[in-house]
Amino acid sequence: MNLHEYQTKSLLEREGIPVPQGAVAMTPDGARQIAIDFGSVVAVKAQVLTGGRGKAGGIRLAENPDEAEDAAAHILGMDIKGHKVQRVLVEQASHIKTELYLAALIDRTSQQIMVMASSEGGMEIEEVAARSPERIRRIYADPFMGIRSYQCTRLAREIELPVALWPAFHRLVSKLHAALIKHDADLLEINPLIINDSDQLVALDGKMTLDDNALYRQPEFGSELGSEDQHPTEVEALNAGLNFVYLGGNVACLANGAGLAMATMDAVKYYGGDPANFLDLGGGSSVEQVTQAVRIMVRDPGVRALLVNVAGGITRCDEVAEGMAAAMDEIETRIPFVVRLVGTNEAEAHRILEPYDVEFASRFSEAAKRVVELAREGAA
Amino acid sequence: MSILIDADTRILVQGFTGRQGSFHAERMLEYGSRVIGGVTPGKGGQEVLGLPVWNSVSEAVAEQAIDASIIFVPARFAADAIMEAADAGIGLICCITEHIPVHDMIKVRAYVSMKGCRLLGANCPGVISPGKSKMGIMPNQLFSPGTTGIVSRSGTLTYEVADALSQLGVGQSSVVGIGGDPIQGTNFIDVLKMFAGDPDTERVVMIGEIGGTAEQTAAEYLMAHHPNLPVFGFIAGMSAPPGKRMGHAGAIVSGGGGTSAADKINMFRSMGFPVADHVEQLAEIVKASLEGRN
Repeated sequence: MNLHEYQTKSLLEREGIPVPQGAVAMTPDGARQIAIDFGSVVAVKAQVLTGGRGKAGGIRLAENPDEAEDAAAHILGMDIKGHKVQRVLVEQASHIKTELYLAALIDRTSQQIMVMASSEGGMEIEEVAARSPERIRRIYADPFMGIRSYQCTRLAREIELPVALWPAFHRLVSKLHAALIKHDADLLEINPLIINDSDQLVALDGKMTLDDNALYRQPEFGSELGSEDQHPTEVEALNAGLNFVYLGGNVACLANGAGLAMATMDAVKYYGGDPANFLDLGGGSSVEQVTQAVRIMVRDPGVRALLVNVAGGITRCDEVAEGMAAAMDEIETRIPFVVRLVGTNEAEAHRILEPYDVEFASRFSEAAKRVVELAREGAA
Repeated sequence: MSILIDADTRILVQGFTGRQGSFHAERMLEYGSRVIGGVTPGKGGQEVLGLPVWNSVSEAVAEQAIDASIIFVPARFAADAIMEAADAGIGLICCITEHIPVHDMIKVRAYVSMKGCRLLGANCPGVISPGKSKMGIMPNQLFSPGTTGIVSRSGTLTYEVADALSQLGVGQSSVVGIGGDPIQGTNFIDVLKMFAGDPDTERVVMIGEIGGTAEQTAAEYLMAHHPNLPVFGFIAGMSAPPGKRMGHAGAIVSGGGGTSAADKINMFRSMGFPVADHVEQLAEIVKASLEGRN
C-alpha cells in the first residue's frame, strides 16, 4: 500500500527525521488558514499517489494567504494522470542549498535491506541512475546486525557530504532503516533530501510503500486498505481478497496465480483479443471470492466474453465451479463463458457446471482462441 | 536421478492437521511420496491419515529420520515454522504459505542459510520429481517422468507448462517452483546449478515473468557456466500494462535496465535461448528439439 506525502512525513517526523512544518487542507479556505498560521512563504502541494505532479502543475509557491488560497483552488480537483486531487499539503517553503537522494528499501538482488544515496537528488534522479549509475551509492543492512556506523561514514563520504553533516547523516540513515522495519515498509524514499540555508538535512518529499502482507500488525494504516484514488472496482476486488487490475478491453479473464493470469491475458492478446482485466484469484480462494470475481467482471459494460482459466493446485476446481454457479444463478447475463479448469478436483468441477450454459475447453490455446471469437461475435 | 527429492526422501508436514496440510499430504501419499507424519502444536499424539502428529519438529526428528519438511501453516506463524525446521536440522524446507511479511523473510532467509539448510519458497508450489516423489501442491496427473527440468517463478503456470509437455510425450526430471516473493530461499541460479549437475536432466525450461531482473541474471550465469545446457524460456506478462509503481527506487535499483517481458525475451533471444509466445508453442519447441537430436 502506498502512502501519501503528508502521511509519510508525519511518520518521519515522529521518528525524529526533520521535515518542513506543514498541514493538510481539503478546501482553498483551509489552505488560506494554514498560510495565515505560518505567516511565511508556503508551498502548496497536490497529494496524489503518482509521480510527475510537479510537471503537471500540482506544486505552487505562495507568497501570502491570498496566493495560497488561489493555488489550492487551482490544484484541488485537478486530474493528475487519472488521479483526482482531494488534498493539498501546505508547507513552510524551504531554502534549498543542495538536493540529495536517500532511500531505504527491500532489495531483491541482495535479499537484504539496502540504503541508497546520491548527491544528485531531485526530479532527475532516474536519469542520473540510467546515465551515471556510479553516482548512486549503496550500503546493505545485515539482517541481524543492522546498519553500522562505519557504513554510514562510507556512504556520506561517497556522496561527498560536508564532514560537518556526517553525524546528522548517521542519525538520519539509522532512523530511516529503523522506520522501514518498524512500519513493515518495502520502501521509504526521501527525494529530495535537502541541505537548507541553516545547514540542516531536511526531508522535503517522502514516499512510502507498506508491505500489504504485514498490514495486520500495522493498525495505523491497516484500516485504509484501498486508497481513495484507486479505481473503485479495484478497491472492491481488493476487499474481496482478489488481485484485480482494470484494463478496459472486451475479454474478461479470470485465472489463479499472477503468472497464469498474465499468460492468459498474453494468449488472449496473441489471438487478437483485448483483455478487459487482470484478475488473479490467488491461492486457495473460497467459493465466495469466485462469485465476487464473476460479479465484478460481468458488470463491466465493455465485456463481450469471459474466460476462466484455472489450474488447480491449492485452489480446488470444484470450489471455483461452485463459485461460478452461484454467480450465474444470481446474475442474468448474455455474456458467453469459456471455462477451462484443470487439476485438483477437475472432474467434480465439470459435473457442477454441466447444467449451465458454458463452453468447456481443454487446451489453453483453444480456450483463448474461442473466447476471442465469441467476443468478436458479441461485438458485431 | 532428479534434484532436491527422490523416491527415498522422508517428508514431514508442518501444519499437518489443518485443511490444506491434510488435503495435500493425502495427495502426496497418493503420488507415492514418503510422508512420515506431521507437526501441529498442541495436537501431538493424534493421528492424521494413519500417521503420527507431533507437537514440534524437534520431537519428530527425535523419533524418526526426516530429510525434508513441507510447511502449510498460516502466514502469521509460517516464518516461525521455517526457523523451527531449520533449528531442528532439517536439510530441505519447502514453504507453501503465501503472504508472509517480507521483513520476517529477510531474517528467516539469513537464519536458514546460517544453519546450512535449503529453503524453497516461501509462496511456492514445491517440487515434484515425476514418478518418484512430490513435496508440493501441484496436481499429480499433469506430470510425467522424463529428462526435462522445469524451474519457475509462477506456480499455476508451471502446471500448464508441465501439462503441455506431458501431452506431447516430453517428461520431466524434476519440476521446481521457486515462488514469486521478493525474498526467496532458492533462486533460478541455485536450481539451474542443480539441474546442470544432474545426469538425468538433459534440458531445462525456465519460466519467468515481468518485474525484477532475476531472469537476466540467470541467463548471464548460464552463458558463463553452462553454455552447453539447452534452455528454453517462457516469460509471462507481454500484455501487462506498466505497473503502478511509486517512487523512483524501482528504476534506480535496476540501474535503468529493462524489467518488462519484452526486455527479458529480447535478452534471452540475444543469448540464443529459444523463447515461446505461448505455453503450447513452448512444448512444441522443446519437442522439436528432441526430434532434431534423434
